[in-house]
Amino acid sequence: MIFALAGNQNSGKTTLFNQLTGSNQHVGNFPGVTVEKKEGIIRKNKDASVVDLPGIYSLSPYTAEEIVTRDFLIKDKPDGIINIVDATNIERNLYLTLQLIELNIPIVVALNMMDAVTSSGSYIDIEKLSHELGVAVVPISASKNQGIDNLIKKAFEIAKEKVRPKKMDFCEGHVHRAIHAVAHLVEDHAQNMGISMRFAATRLVEGDEQIEKSLKLSANEKDILNHIVNEMEEELGTDREAALADMRYAFIENVCKKAVFKNKESKEQQRSIKIDNILTHKHFAIPIFLLIMCVIFYLTFGLIGSYLSELLELAISSFTNFTDAALAHFGLSPTIHSLIIDGIYAGVGSVLSFLPLIVVLFFFLSLLEDSGYMARVAFVMDKLLRKIGLSGRSFVPMLIGFGCSVPAILASRTLPSERDRKMTIVLTPFMSCSAKVPIYAIFVAAFFAQNKALVMISLYVLGMIVAILSGLLLKNTVFKGDPVPFVMELPAYRLPSFKTIMMHVWEKAKDFITRAFTVIFIASLIIWLLQSFDLRFNMVSDSSESMLASIGTFIAPIFKPLGFGNWQSSTALITGLTAKEAVISTFQVLMGGDMSLTDLFTPLSAVAFLSFTLLYMPCVAALAAMKREMGAKYAFFAITYQTGIAWIVAFLVYNIGRLLIGG
Amino acid sequence: MTLDRIDIGQSCKIVKVGGFGALRRRLLDMGLTPKTQVMVRKVAPMGDPIELCLRGYELTIRKDDAKNIEVVKWEEESI
Repeated sequence: MIFALAGNQNSGKTTLFNQLTGSNQHVGNFPGVTVEKKEGIIRKNKDASVVDLPGIYSLSPYTAEEIVTRDFLIKDKPDGIINIVDATNIERNLYLTLQLIELNIPIVVALNMMDAVTSSGSYIDIEKLSHELGVAVVPISASKNQGIDNLIKKAFEIAKEKVRPKKMDFCEGHVHRAIHAVAHLVEDHAQNMGISMRFAATRLVEGDEQIEKSLKLSANEKDILNHIVNEMEEELGTDREAALADMRYAFIENVCKKAVFKNKESKEQQRSIKIDNILTHKHFAIPIFLLIMCVIFYLTFGLIGSYLSELLELAISSFTNFTDAALAHFGLSPTIHSLIIDGIYAGVGSVLSFLPLIVVLFFFLSLLEDSGYMARVAFVMDKLLRKIGLSGRSFVPMLIGFGCSVPAILASRTLPSERDRKMTIVLTPFMSCSAKVPIYAIFVAAFFAQNKALVMISLYVLGMIVAILSGLLLKNTVFKGDPVPFVMELPAYRLPSFKTIMMHVWEKAKDFITRAFTVIFIASLIIWLLQSFDLRFNMVSDSSESMLASIGTFIAPIFKPLGFGNWQSSTALITGLTAKEAVISTFQVLMGGDMSLTDLFTPLSAVAFLSFTLLYMPCVAALAAMKREMGAKYAFFAITYQTGIAWIVAFLVYNIGRLLIGG
Repeated sequence: MTLDRIDIGQSCKIVKVGGFGALRRRLLDMGLTPKTQVMVRKVAPMGDPIELCLRGYELTIRKDDAKNIEVVKWEEESI
C-alpha cells in the first residue's frame, strides 16, 4: 500500500514524515527532475510505504515541484493521500486540500500543530470541519508525536475501504455551472486518462494547458470549452484563474466561520512579530545576519569542525599507518601496497576528513532553516541577488561556498525552484573556498610579500565579480526560463525539533560517506594510477616520469598563453582536482629540492595562475555533489563553463598585465 | 491605488490582481484574492521586498509585483 504525503511548505511535513517512518527512509529524485523524492516504510507496517511529496501551495502547473506532485498523484495512483494542514494557518493550507479532494483519491487530513492552536486559546471543531470538507480529519502534533497512531489507523481505514471524499462541489453560481458543463463534456477523456472527472473539469475551466493537452480534446470540444469559459468570465466579470481561486477561498472562509474559532493573532504569531522587530529591523537586520554567519563559520571552520576534522585525520592516519605496517609485514606486492595506501587510503581519507565540517555546518543550517530564520535571510537579502536573476534564498548557499563548496552545493537543496537551484550550484564554486587559502598563502608569500592582504582580498573579490557577471550572462542564456516568482511565506518562528535536525544532518552525512566510497574512491584510483606508472605501465619512483607528468606536459601548451606553460603547473592543477590543497603538495614534489616557485613563475604569471586556480572546476568531492544535485548533464556544463571562464580570466589578467607593465 | 503604495501598518482590501502567468497565479494561490484584507507589516532593510499579513499569516512579495495588485484603503470600506 502506498500513501502520498502532501502539504504546504512549513506545515511540518518533514517532521511528520520522520514520525511516520522512523529511520526507514530512502532518498532519491523524481524521474527527470532534480526534485527530491523521499520514500519510507510506515512504522510497524512493513507492507505500507509513504512518499513525501514536495512542499507546495497549489496543484497549478508552474513549478517543477507542483508538476511532480501532480504527476505522482495522477500517474502513480497512491492508495491514499495524507494531507498535512497547519492548523495555525488553516485558511491558506486548506486551499491545497480542496484541490487534492478533487482528485477523488481516498484522503485524510492531518491537522498539525493542534497544540499551538489550543495553547493560544483558539479552538477547532474537528467533527464540524470533517463534515464540511467531507473527508476524515485527524488532529495531530507532529513535533510532539501526538495523534500519529490515530492518523496511521485512519489512513489505513480509508485506503483499505477506498473511502472517497464525500463532496467535491465547492462552488456556486456561474463557476459551478461551468465546471458541471465541462465535466460532462470531458467525462470519457478523463476516464481514458484515469483521472477524476471533477479534477479534469476544474483544471480545464482554470486554463491548465498541460491537462488540456493530455486529455486529447477534439477541436470541437475545445471550442465548446472555450465558449463555456468565456460565458463564465463574462457573467462574473473576472477571468478564469481569479474566479477559481476566489471560489476556493470563499468556500474555505465559510468552512472556517463554522468550524474554527480563532483569536486574532496567535501566541506564536505575536512572538514572531516581536522577534522580527529585531531580526528584520531596518538597521540591525544585516549586521545581525552577518554576525550569525560569522559565528557559524567560526564554529564550523575554526573551532568545533576543524578540531573534529583534525581528530578524524589523526584517526585515519593512524589507521593508515597500522594497515601500512600490517601490509609490509605480510609482504604484499609493493604495487598493491601502494595502491591501497597511496591510492585508496590517501584519496578517500582526505575527502572523508571533510565529514566533520559538513556535519557541524549542516547542524547549524538546519537550525536556521527549521526555526524559520532562513526565510528572513531571503527577505532581507533579496534585493542584492535579484539583479543577477536569483532570489534572496540563494544567499546562504553562496556564503557557505567561502567555507567549502560541498556543503554549499548540498545547501542549495532548500531553494524552492529547480532553476534557481541549478544556477546557484553553477555560481557557488566561484566563491573562493577555504581549501584554496594555502595555495594563495604560499604564492603570495613567494611573490607579494609586501601586499599579502591586498592580493588575497583581490582574489576573493575577483571570484565574486565573476559570479555576478556569470549570473547576468546565464540568466539570459542557459537559465533563461521564467524565474519562479518571489512570493514567499515568512513562517512563524518555531523551536526546531532536535530529532528532525539530527535526521537532516544524518542524511547529508550518509550521502557524503556514500560518495566518498564510490565516486571519490574511483577518482582516487585513477589519480593513483596516473601518478604511479609511466606510459608503459612501469611503476615509477620519480613522479616527473609518471603518466600524470606526461599528461601535464601534454596539456601544458594550453596554459602557455596564460603565462604558466610549465608542466609542473598543469600537473598540479590536475592533482588539485582531488582536493585543492593538493596543488601545493604537488608543486613541492615536482620541483624537487633546489627549485622554487620563483623559477617557474613571474609575479604576473603567478597572479594569472592564482586567478585560474580560483575559478577552474572544483574538486572531485564538489563535482560529485554537483552531479548528485543537478544531474550529469548540468554538472558537465558547470565544470566546462567554470574552466572556460578560468582560462579566459587568467588570459586577460596575464596579457593585460603584460601590456600595462610592458613585459 | 496599488499595494506597493500602502504605508507600513496600514490595511487595505484587494480589488484586482493584475499581471499574468506563474506570478499572478502564485499570488492568487497564496490567498491574494479580491476582497481579501491585507496589512503591510514592514519593508525589508534595503527597501524591497515588503512583508504582508493576510489570512492570518505573513507573506513577502516584491514591490514590482505589488504594483500589479489594485487595492483600496480598508477604512474607506468599513465605514
